Amino acid sequence: MRVIEGVVCPFCGCCCDDLEVIVEDNRIVDVRNACALGASKFMGYSKNRNTKPLVRRNGELVEASLEDAIERCAEILANASYPLLYGWSNTSCEAIRVGLELAEEVGGVIDNTTTVCHGPSILAIQEVGIPGCTLGQIRHRADLIIYWGSNPWSAHPRHIERYTALSEGRFQRAAWKRYLSRLILESARKKRYRAASLVFKGGAAALQAAEEEERWMLPPPGERKLVVVDVQKTRSADLADIFIRVEPGGDYEVLQALRALIRDEELDVDEAAGVPVEKLEELSDLMVNARFGVLFFGLGLTMSVGRSRNIEAAIKLTRDLNRYTKFLIMPMRGHFNVTGANIVFTWQTGYPYAVDFSQGYPRYNPGETSAVDVLARGDADATLVIASDPASSFPRKAVENLTKNPLIVIDPVLTPTALMADVIIPTAFVGIEAEGTTYRMDHVPLPLKKVVEPPAGCLSDEEVLRMILGRVRKIRRSDASA
Amino acid sequence: MEFTLITGRTIEQGCTKEHAKLSEEYMMSVAVCEMNYEDMMRLNVRDGDNVKIKTEVGSVVVKVRRSRRIRRPGIIFIPFGPWINLILPSETEGTGMPPLKGFRVWVEPTEEPVSNIRELLLRNYGVKG
Ligand code: SF4
Repeated sequence: MRVIEGVVCPFCGCCCDDLEVIVEDNRIVDVRNACALGASKFMGYSKNRNTKPLVRRNGELVEASLEDAIERCAEILANASYPLLYGWSNTSCEAIRVGLELAEEVGGVIDNTTTVCHGPSILAIQEVGIPGCTLGQIRHRADLIIYWGSNPWSAHPRHIERYTALSEGRFQRAAWKRYLSRLILESARKKRYRAASLVFKGGAAALQAAEEEERWMLPPPGERKLVVVDVQKTRSADLADIFIRVEPGGDYEVLQALRALIRDEELDVDEAAGVPVEKLEELSDLMVNARFGVLFFGLGLTMSVGRSRNIEAAIKLTRDLNRYTKFLIMPMRGHFNVTGANIVFTWQTGYPYAVDFSQGYPRYNPGETSAVDVLARGDADATLVIASDPASSFPRKAVENLTKNPLIVIDPVLTPTALMADVIIPTAFVGIEAEGTTYRMDHVPLPLKKVVEPPAGCLSDEEVLRMILGRVRKIRRSDASA
Repeated sequence: MEFTLITGRTIEQGCTKEHAKLSEEYMMSVAVCEMNYEDMMRLNVRDGDNVKIKTEVGSVVVKVRRSRRIRRPGIIFIPFGPWINLILPSETEGTGMPPLKGFRVWVEPTEEPVSNIRELLLRNYGVKG
């Protein structure tokens, strides 16, 4: 039995680097410190494994040798006039670098999953910039933490505990005790109401009201405060000192209202998108009086009406706040290496996602060169999907294109997208069976470890891509000389 | 009946999405529609009944699950996944991002079963060959 310490979790953008993995006979028997999401990946990764390359012949996916599969991929890519290379956020920076080389070689479009998560955030950041910092700063200093349109409890389970309200910082105390005592109080109160509802008629209504009540419980000054703004009361909101419910699609309005209040302007309405103005006034006071505030935003802002405009408003709000105090803003990035994908894309091409090489030089125009648009317009005539599952995350019209044209899938597991593929190449799980570099959501690079050996014949994404690139070059050279 | 649809992540979906997308568990975690009790009464459905969700693009059948978290009537929540993506519009309005939160859908009770992932892809996109 071997205990491997300091393992980085290859799941979400928190990239927790304190995991301990226990390995016996090249099998993971336990993992410590991970949340449910991370643990389920380490413990369950090998269950639905496909370890043989598959190639479609006469409509059926049949087993093939790795060389045959690579050859088929190279032919597809070399013969396509406008291939799309999509995915990248769940693999290592080293693999992404080779992917960019391949995209340039075949003159295609390369895009990462940013396009359907924080694409609008990047558009906004390019317009107005972003005041950011590392998560360590936030852990040690932040006294006001706001999650807007983001539900860390479900998507980044250790974020609150490791980096924000429940973490023990050098200058800020963890708020554990407060939350625990509040939880106990609340459940006791609910029990009382429930008992009352059995006896009195009004009890049920009181219970309903208690459940419905939007939370507004300020801790003593100087202590860390947690605010959640969302369209529904998520589990993260249950933890919050203040929960503000916004009507769906109303975020822009609320953000602009807050900006006005911070500049001491009067609002001549009673509410903004379902939030009473008095509450907004209190929140704006809280923001101005914070010593170190931070706003984390999630897909609730990027995916609803307004998209990049919502983010722009949020960043401008942060900028306004910096006249009075220190305030920062950070997107809650989902896949563990989606930040790395943006970084490697930018370092190699100048642009963070949706890069088009068809002219021989990189071109960037989201809305035109982004994966969903390229597919929905029917422009792509072949697609390579790596470490991603667009069949589950793209709209129908885009997925239809994947079934019409040749499709290559490189992934450690069989995904719904793989069921439509012409070539499937299984690879090693990066962060479990292969090493690599990943970037945490605050742009800190971390080394992913190899804790067990991959199944025989499974290479890493990087190696497979290098082999394909080599074959593509050969084919193109012999075509050019013929 | 008309509803505003919100999509998002759930922890159940997160536990299976990385390595078990073809499994029954994944299907149980994403082919569901969370709705509050009042709306369930109005639609006359119970926990675990099937409903059909329609948009201009198409329709899909999922299971109803009662949610205490959705307080306002007229809002439903469906986790990200292949079921809901089938009926999303693909206009990205120049951002590269399809609309995924806060748009109109129509919901009706149905007897039709929820299709598993293989049937779903086969029925909607056909076989490759
Ligand atoms: S919070 Fe994210 S990175 Fe940390 S253990 Fe959980 S899934 Fe892994």
